Amino acid sequence: MNNNTELLEGDVEINLTVNGEQIVERVPVRRNLVDFLRINLGLTGSHVGCEHGVCGACTVRLDDQIIRGCLTLAVQADGKRVDTIEGLSDDGTLKDLQAVFHERNALQCGFCTPGILLTAAEMLQQQPNVDREQIREYLSGNYCRCTGYHAIIDAIESVAKARRQESSNDN
Amino acid sequence: MKAPPFSYIRAETVEGVIECLQKYGDDAAVLAGGQSLMASLNMRLSAPRVLIDINNVNSLSEIAHDGNHLRIGAMARQIEVEQSPLVAQHAPLISMAMPYVAHPAVRNRGTIGGSIAFADPAAELPACIVTLQANLIAQGSKGERKIPAIEFFNGLYETALTSDEVLVAIELPVAADQQKFAFRELARRHGDYAIIGICASTEWSGTSLSDVRLVYFNAGDRPVVATKAGAALEGAFSAEILESALGHLAEDIDPPSDLNAGPSMRLHLAKVLTKRIFQEWMS
Repeated sequence: MNNNTELLEGDVEINLTVNGEQIVERVPVRRNLVDFLRINLGLTGSHVGCEHGVCGACTVRLDDQIIRGCLTLAVQADGKRVDTIEGLSDDGTLKDLQAVFHERNALQCGFCTPGILLTAAEMLQQQPNVDREQIREYLSGNYCRCTGYHAIIDAIESVAKARRQESSNDN
Repeated sequence: MKAPPFSYIRAETVEGVIECLQKYGDDAAVLAGGQSLMASLNMRLSAPRVLIDINNVNSLSEIAHDGNHLRIGAMARQIEVEQSPLVAQHAPLISMAMPYVAHPAVRNRGTIGGSIAFADPAAELPACIVTLQANLIAQGSKGERKIPAIEFFNGLYETALTSDEVLVAIELPVAADQQKFAFRELARRHGDYAIIGICASTEWSGTSLSDVRLVYFNAGDRPVVATKAGAALEGAFSAEILESALGHLAEDIDPPSDLNAGPSMRLHLAKVLTKRIFQEWMS
């Protein structure tokens, strides 16, 4: 790929890190990232909802930022790091969020939950002092068709408070 | 649905992009953040034969202040623009608008240039740059040229870019102290395309208004400058003058009809938003 105008067609090889694991795979250039994760790697925790960027069910992390898995091609993740709900569950990143979602019934069918957890985690990292209004705004890109928004906001708010409490105890 | 088949080029330089555009012309589409293009491919609304990915063209992402201008590279991610202190200082209108441009996961990937070159008449950024009278820097086989924002948008998804040109940067005049800016939109869900929206700027001397610019989005087939309403607001300000200026809006804008609202409701909402801006400015 030294020639920067090389036309890639059909299947191409990509090399990336998924949940900490080095992956080399051949993918069709038209395959989006979430389909790649689900079909090629069997990581079916990221869901395919609307496929045009509206619902947020396909949210994954690309180089530490949440993105729409349906609006990025798998070939664009070449050389990058991808983290999914599976990896971020295993490494404990989402542990407190997941526990509180369970406690507060902040999920019903669970389809939107992986995307919402990843979105909430990024928000809490960037804005530890969020209020309910800001949580609603940040989560505006994630649909819950069971319409369990109140419980979701409650859960995230209580994690935000607990984390603030914990960090003030540390100081 | 899934995107139709296409071939893919990972460009690394602007020259490479232009070479590809010359070769494939209208069969090619430039892939910036992909937050609109990929959606339109997935919905099979467009089917370019070749995608030219410019995400690895590193020279296009810089945000730089130079004297009287702020230059934002076309590939600056929307999140970078939103968080940029230079943008907040020199182009506050853009900072005001950014939180309304889609959702965090989309802004992490979406680019300022992509949103502008896509030329959706309901999008926020095209209206912002028309308000600010920015120049768009396009590069093509004949070199670089500057296109005034007002001449850039030719209609629904249509721009002044020729088939071998790519948008490389946005050049904004630096905001002056006496200028006021405002941004308002109404949407069913925060981050969605607006039912109607407005970007506004003016110079306020303390007693009178000058250079009043009211630019509406989702109010026509491109960002619409309300020239008659704007002109009626020049000079001393009063609630009566505002009311009478808003009477001209029906001549200025021709909003579309869709599931959310018809033209008369959009016109009404445009007036409501405009009033709120002047209430805020004058309070």
